[in-house]
Formats: sequence, C-alpha cells, structure tokens
Amino acid sequence: MSILVDKTTRVIVQGLGKTGQFHTDKAIAYGTTMVGAVHPSRHGETAVFEGETDHSGVPGRPDTYRVELPIFATMRQAAEETRATASVVYVPPPFAADAIMEAVSVGMALVVAITEGIPVADMIRVKRYLLGSATRLVGPNCPGVITPGECKIGIMPGYIHQRGRIGVVSRSGTLTYEAVHQLTLLGLGQTTAVGIGGDPVNGSSFVDVLAMFETDPETEGVVMIGEIGGTAEEEAAEYVRTMGKPVAGFIAGTTAPPGKRMGHAGAIVSGGTGTAEAKIKAMTEAGIVMAETPSDMGEAMARALR
Amino acid sequence: MKIHEHQAKQLMASRGIPVPLGRLAKTVDEAVAAVRPLIEESQNPVVVLKAQIHAGGRGRGTFREHPDVRGVNVITEGKTGGPGAAEEAVRELAKRMLGSTLVTVQTGEEGKIVNRLYVEQGVDIARELYIAVLLDRSLSRHVVMASSEGGVDIERVAEETPEKILKVVIDPAIGLAPFQANELSVGLGLAEEAARAFQRFVQLIADAASDLDTELLEINPLVVTGDGKVLALDAKMAFDDNALYRHPDIAEMRDQSEEDPAEVLAKNAGLNYIKLEGTIGCLVNGAGLAMATMDTIKHVGGEPANFLDVGGGATADQVTTGFQIITRDPNVKGIFVNIFGGIMRCDVIATGIVEAVNRVGLAVPLVVRLEGTNVEEGKRIIAESGLEVVNADSLRDGAEKILELTR
Repeated sequence: MSILVDKTTRVIVQGLGKTGQFHTDKAIAYGTTMVGAVHPSRHGETAVFEGETDHSGVPGRPDTYRVELPIFATMRQAAEETRATASVVYVPPPFAADAIMEAVSVGMALVVAITEGIPVADMIRVKRYLLGSATRLVGPNCPGVITPGECKIGIMPGYIHQRGRIGVVSRSGTLTYEAVHQLTLLGLGQTTAVGIGGDPVNGSSFVDVLAMFETDPETEGVVMIGEIGGTAEEEAAEYVRTMGKPVAGFIAGTTAPPGKRMGHAGAIVSGGTGTAEAKIKAMTEAGIVMAETPSDMGEAMARALR
Repeated sequence: MKIHEHQAKQLMASRGIPVPLGRLAKTVDEAVAAVRPLIEESQNPVVVLKAQIHAGGRGRGTFREHPDVRGVNVITEGKTGGPGAAEEAVRELAKRMLGSTLVTVQTGEEGKIVNRLYVEQGVDIARELYIAVLLDRSLSRHVVMASSEGGVDIERVAEETPEKILKVVIDPAIGLAPFQANELSVGLGLAEEAARAFQRFVQLIADAASDLDTELLEINPLVVTGDGKVLALDAKMAFDDNALYRHPDIAEMRDQSEEDPAEVLAKNAGLNYIKLEGTIGCLVNGAGLAMATMDTIKHVGGEPANFLDVGGGATADQVTTGFQIITRDPNVKGIFVNIFGGIMRCDVIATGIVEAVNRVGLAVPLVVRLEGTNVEEGKRIIAESGLEVVNADSLRDGAEKILELTR
C-alpha cells in the first residue's frame, strides 16, 4: 500500500509546454502510466515519448520505451477517452487555477499542481470550488507525489527514492529530496513522498496527508518538513498527538528575518506569527522527534521508530 | 510589492474611497506650494507633513540628522498666522526631512532616506478606528479585521485585548456581504451617519482588495470626523507579486529606491536574494534548502551573510550573478555552495561555479557540497578546474568546514 498514487494511477498532463514535455518524459521513463495530455494549441496531435527506461523506477520493464500520448482540447474529452484518475498541472501561472478547476470539474480523484506563482486570489477561488468535490488537490508550487517503484507525478528525481516504510510530507522541494535521500541510505525507504507546496494557500495540508499516512498499513512512520510562515505546522502538531505512528520533523527558517519572504510565497513571518521557534516548540511538545539540522532528518526518523 | 501612502490614497480616491485631500512633494518648493490650495479647499488652517517611506511607525520615528523632527508633523501655525505662517513652517520642516534618514521601529537602525513628502489637509478627529483586509491562511480566505483601537500598534491590541478585534470572513464567490459590514459597524459602536459611512467604506475597501489583488490593505487609523464622516487617515497597501501581471498600472508604482540594491539586482536576474548581517555567504538551490543552509551555519556557530535561492533551473549566468552579489558584500569571509541536484544537474552547477569564479575572481574560501543528479561528473569538473575548492559530504559537513576556514 501507499497513499494517493500507485501502479493503477492513470495520469493526464495539463500543459504540454517545455516543462510539461520534459517531466512527462521523465515520468514515463520512471514507469508512470501517462495516458494523455491537454494543451490548448496542440490538441489533435499525438506526442511521442521514447528513450531509455529509468531502472530506478517501476521494476520489470524493458530497457527502452515508446509512448504515444493523445493531446486533447479539454479535460472533459481527455477524461472520457482515457479513463484517467489523476492529472498533473504544468500550466503557466495566469491560467493554472482555471486548469485545476477544469480537472476538478471532470472528477479527477487527484490533481497535482506543480506551477509556481499562482496568484493567491486565484487559489482562494480554487479552494472554494473544491468544496463538496471528491478531488484531492496537492500543491501548487510543489515537487509532486511519488510512490517509489509504482508512480511518479511531478519533478522530483526518481532515482533517489527507494520503496520502504516511511511517509514524507513537506512544504519544500529540495528538503524533500534531502529527507528521501537519507531515508534511502538508511535503508528505511519511502511509501509515498508528498510535496504540499510552498504557497500560502494550497490544496492539501500537513494534516490531510498525515491522516492518509496514519491509515496506510505500509507506512510505519512519517517525516514532516515545514518552514516559516502560517500556522499549518502548529495545526499538524495538534493532529500528531492523536496519531499512533511516530513522526520526525524539521523546520526551516530559524535564521530568517521577520517580514522577509524567503523564496516561497508562503515563507514569511508576519506580525509575529509563523516563526520557526513557535513551530519547533509545538511539534516538540506533540512528541515529534525534531532534527536539529536537515542532515539529521533520516536519523531523527530512525530514532522516532525505536 | 509595497507602495507609498500617497499612491495607496490615490488608488483609493480613484475608487471613491474617502481620503483626506493631499499633494505629493519631492522638493521643498513643491511642499510649500501645496499648503495654500489645501487650506483653501479644505477650509482647515491645519496641514500635515508626512514622510513617505515603505515602513510604518513614522509618527513616532525621528530623523537621524534632526532628532527633534518626527516623520509625521501636524502644522498648526496657520490657525493664528494664516496660510503664510503655515507655509513657512512647512518650508523649515521640509528642508530638514527631505534627504534625511528616518528611523522608525520598522526600518531598523539603518533607517530610510526620505525622498518624498505628502502634504495633507488637517482633519477634525472624533474617533480613531482600525480596519484591514488580509489573508487568513488557515481558512484560505480573505478576512476583514476591524478594531475600536485605531492609531496604535494593532499587534499589541491583538495580544493584550483580543476581544477588541473583530473579524469577518469573505466568501470569494460573494464578496463582503452587507450584513457583515453591518456586524462590523455595530461591533465598533457606530451609529447613524457614521455607521452608514463606515459600511460604505468597508464595502469599498473589500472590493478594492479583491479587484487589485492586495496582499494587505490596512487603514490605521480610520477616522470618524466631528461631522460623522469616515476617512482613511493613513493607508498601507501591499500587492501579491504573482498577480502584478494583471495590474500593470500598479506595477509601475514600484519605487526601487525603497529596496535593497542587491536584492533588486538579484530579482532582475531571476534569483531570490536577501541580505543578512553575517559573514558566510551561501548559494543554494531551492527556498527550503536555502533557509535550512542558513540555519545549519548558525547551528554550528557561524552567521549567514545572506539567503540566496538560485531556483530549480539556474543557468551558468545566474550562478555568476549570484557569486557577484555575494562577493560584493564586504562582510563575506567565505562562501558555501549547497546544491541538491534534482532537475538541476550537478555538472551544470559545477560548470557555472567554475565560470563564475573565473569571471568574478575569488578572494575568500569556497566550500561546495554537491548531491544528486550527475554528482560524480560535477565533482570531477570542480576537481579538474584547479580552483581552490573544499568539498563537503553533507550540509552539516559543509557548514562546519566553511566555519573552520573563516575563523
């Protein structure tokens, strides 16, 4: 088992521009079942992907691949023709919120939004549109979701992952890679790694993903990586008190000056809220084993499991 | 992106939101020339001279060069001496304010140079309130916050007397509903003409916040005048950078003189740079990892000189610009490059580092930690370059090594 994605996940890519094209190829090389694309100016075409299989990915496949993806004008057509269950959004920021809502409108079970730079007001509308729908949105401004050996949706490097027993949930892309890499080296591996994104308004929260890991039978512990800004980590800490599984954590931004936006749109301490100190305190008090530096995240998980 | 008070008031006035009459002045003569028309039009002999900087606390802030002058000055000379006396008072103050350094609780010790003044009519204040439209991240909604305690530090009000802060949540599909505006005005104890004026006001600023993609729209104080009018005495607006593409008129209001020149240079090169006070420069890919790198430097006993995120797809040119920006900071005694190559390949970064050092030169120790895609190739490029580079195996190892080298 795993969460969100597995080998049955059938994925449509929304936005087959340069970035979408590149990462669709990497996903296919990994072994993800990509079934179609939606692109406003390329519909009717067939996109061909071929190359050498990434043998760090889905096991038991031939050394090379050749996949032809039909390109549709709308998500409705794509969903009807392909029986897709998920979509990944690489659409540029001005149009990304609309693309997400289009995927929600046709009932995708999972939408993973990679796009960075979507206006906050657009995401507020997306969140309202999601009310009452069965769609789970992950992101935006995130690396995506991967279940090692089964399905990779997003921009993370596949080969650092190894199937194992730890769930990873993070607001930061490269810190997710750090954690994953350490878990792989320690032999703990990952069930699923989820980037929830660095924006102030996002689809899935820490609590949403922690709850999924809590009920996943294969996941034995969770690494949770937060950063300054907002109170999502404090809310997650409250939830962790109710969890049966051990959680290790790290918070980035102890040295960040207040009032400055640290790269991510959501990484800002404002009006005294969102400090690393408050988050580390709440998480420690909830029994989360905190890593002192990002180099110690895997080790912190190992300690939490003992 | 932040804008000045006078720009915020101009935007508000254009949307029918009541603000006092005022004129921008960039020279002493312009400030003086603003006085007489303001007095005539407002029928009030009092004028106010306000320094325009991107920071709050101006009313209590003072100038480094003139410790007896504050950032906001109420000029009452016109009451007894007529407009001529008001003009002379403005001239003397404007001379000392323009070009001088205003230090407030929000500017830090270095303060900010004042290049613009706003000359405003005097207002007959009966009550001072607080109102703001901002994002509630937990709710993923905008909220209107209001308080009967205007003109003071709202964060202190929130801490000491949270019951004095009212909040209503805006449904993005509906906007602020009339009943919500009414709830706020009742909560603030407003009645009759002032209540009606307040409700119109709050509706207009909620709409403005939505239409203009503000990150923060704050009026502190919002004043009720003796004759029941409601006016924005101050105005603070900041905009969602990601939405500026649909507001070109607002994007043009950017005042780069208010920003750190190195941060502007970085932004124009597509880099995220923030200057700090320490001695160890860092160049990192990814915002979270860049923050964590600073934290780790601090954890092992050093002080980071900057935050620098080169992003997920940096080019050799961007890495070079990053090096230039870091080495221009005279406090920097050493540089730590920390890359976890995912999409960004380590060999590309290594090539960028070698090119950057060859172009920019390197007078301080350099520690490089590479991990991820094509790491072996990246390490080979650096080893064969002949550069004096110390390799690190992990983030922590790198932080310890650069600290050792800069001691």
